[in-house]
Amino acid sequence: MHQPANQPRPSIYYDYQVFDAWLPGATPPGRTPVVIAGAGPVGLTAALELARHGVPCVLLEAEQQLSEGSRAIVFTRRSMEILQQVGVAQRVSAHGLPWRFGNSWYRGQRVYRLEAPHDADDRFFPMINLQQQYLEQYLVEAVLAEPLIELRWGNKVVGVTQQERHVEVGVDTPAGPYTQPADWLVASDGARSAIRSLLKLKLEGASYEGRFVIADIRIALPLPTERQAFFDPDWNPGNTVLLHREPHGIWRVDYQLPAGETPEEALKPEAMRARINALLAQIGHADKPWEMDWCSVYSARNLTLPDYLHGRTLFMGDAAHLLPIFGVRGANTGFQDAQSLAWHLAMVVKGLAQAGYLANYSRERVGAAREIIEEAGKSTRFMTPPSRGFRLLRDAVLSLSLTQEFVRPLYHWRTSRPHEYTHSALNSSGDDNALFQAGPGHGAPPQNIRLGPDDYLLDHVGGGFDLLYFTDGSAIPAPLLQVVNAWRARGLALHIHAVGPGHPVTGADQTLPDTLGHLRQRYGVPASGAAYLLRPDQHVCARWMTLDATRLQAALKTALGQQESS
Amino acid sequence: MNTSPALTIPALESVYDALATAIDQAGPEKAELFLVKLALLNANALADPALFAEHIGRALQDL
Repeated sequence: MHQPANQPRPSIYYDYQVFDAWLPGATPPGRTPVVIAGAGPVGLTAALELARHGVPCVLLEAEQQLSEGSRAIVFTRRSMEILQQVGVAQRVSAHGLPWRFGNSWYRGQRVYRLEAPHDADDRFFPMINLQQQYLEQYLVEAVLAEPLIELRWGNKVVGVTQQERHVEVGVDTPAGPYTQPADWLVASDGARSAIRSLLKLKLEGASYEGRFVIADIRIALPLPTERQAFFDPDWNPGNTVLLHREPHGIWRVDYQLPAGETPEEALKPEAMRARINALLAQIGHADKPWEMDWCSVYSARNLTLPDYLHGRTLFMGDAAHLLPIFGVRGANTGFQDAQSLAWHLAMVVKGLAQAGYLANYSRERVGAAREIIEEAGKSTRFMTPPSRGFRLLRDAVLSLSLTQEFVRPLYHWRTSRPHEYTHSALNSSGDDNALFQAGPGHGAPPQNIRLGPDDYLLDHVGGGFDLLYFTDGSAIPAPLLQVVNAWRARGLALHIHAVGPGHPVTGADQTLPDTLGHLRQRYGVPASGAAYLLRPDQHVCARWMTLDATRLQAALKTALGQQESS
Repeated sequence: MNTSPALTIPALESVYDALATAIDQAGPEKAELFLVKLALLNANALADPALFAEHIGRALQDL
């Protein structure tokens, strides 16, 4: 029988609540369209996004409380844009610490300063720090307010039986096991995914030897919210140490284990105390008292499943891939998976696309993971050199960087960025993508635009397809409306946003005033009648200089994986 | 064949002496690090990754 810990986890800043376990009744539960295994940030986000598309789900969580320790603490702008879609970005902004500067130090000298760009059109900062428990809390509260989601605490997936058209999920609880039938199972059960093991699936890629201690301490440090990276400090020669600020006076320390030291040795209180004291002495704050909240050890890994769709089971987040933490790629990649999976799956569950459509989710997100692995590999090879040659080069760069400007960009910490689905099968083939001189192209994530005080383009989109129609006129042309209404009659959520005039446009769901032409300029729109079609993840799948009904119909068919005849 | 500018014999002799002296100056523990730094500085001045790769190939011959 599954017996999750029912005492609140210890923490010096967060009050854990133990939720009641969900126990099976006498009658077995009925079939549900979707079961999501794992209520971490990624599973919670997918559940909320599915609900937004009108698809109910059962969300199973093995534990009865939020995750232990701060874990993922840095969230990117794109993650915030996705969290905005599911309604929690405001709370993250209210409690988190936004930032955009990073510093790399060697021999007491700041050898590189990263300045992440912050466009005046962006609502969110490049990065914001918040402990994962708080983000999970906001997401759980949103889930509890959503009648389409049934969250079951203390429910652990222990078996998966795939049938041709459904899946039987074996679940263990504190009151014993039961079977939950579902049309689809989503594995969001983390780095040690039980479902991945049950289906005997293997991750592919390289696992580096570099192991890091990760520790949260409470200390009053008079430092700004910036990332600090210390290379080759005297107290940990040859290795790398990272420092990040978290809310509530907590600081995250990451340091590499010296070669040959085991995690058990590294986590001994006296070993930790000595090293944290050495770091504080190095940065001139040896006098400050501190106390430990949480610590753990992780390895820098760079692995992915080669396919995220297996029968009726889909993988996302750490269950699908393990990515190095440099560049904040774990949770931030997971949110993009969750958003992508939710809308692809919603289209299938609602009968708007065939089951084969889910292969596109897998193709796009495996492609994203492979791109991230390639990028992350460069950072990993610099932070934790995997061989003598890489170590020599890294050390040569550290030494040169004290005086030679040209090597300093090698310190650049390639941060997580949204993947561009440039060659997606869902991109329109008959549109005017190539004619645009500016704006997001095929498969690109959207460029946010500031429309006014506390008012941005991305505040207005999501929950379905969005058609941005740029016009000087007073009505959406009737042939376009006919196409849109025919799709709506089949159940597709498709919103028309008229961009341009300060006056309402008949037939549009809303009008976005662009009287100064700023949005038109950034989206490369020279004249009235142009349009952008955004997928439910807001990535661009078609854009036209002059939209007509035939080409809109063709683009929507392509975006839903239906054969285009022309 | 080789049309790129090359060292004159006196210049090559001077490079020879300077490099040997610098390796001795760096000492056995730091000579390797010194040579990698030097290679990176030269590669930057060369500003030609393909040519640098060719040099790597030539230097790996007959070790």
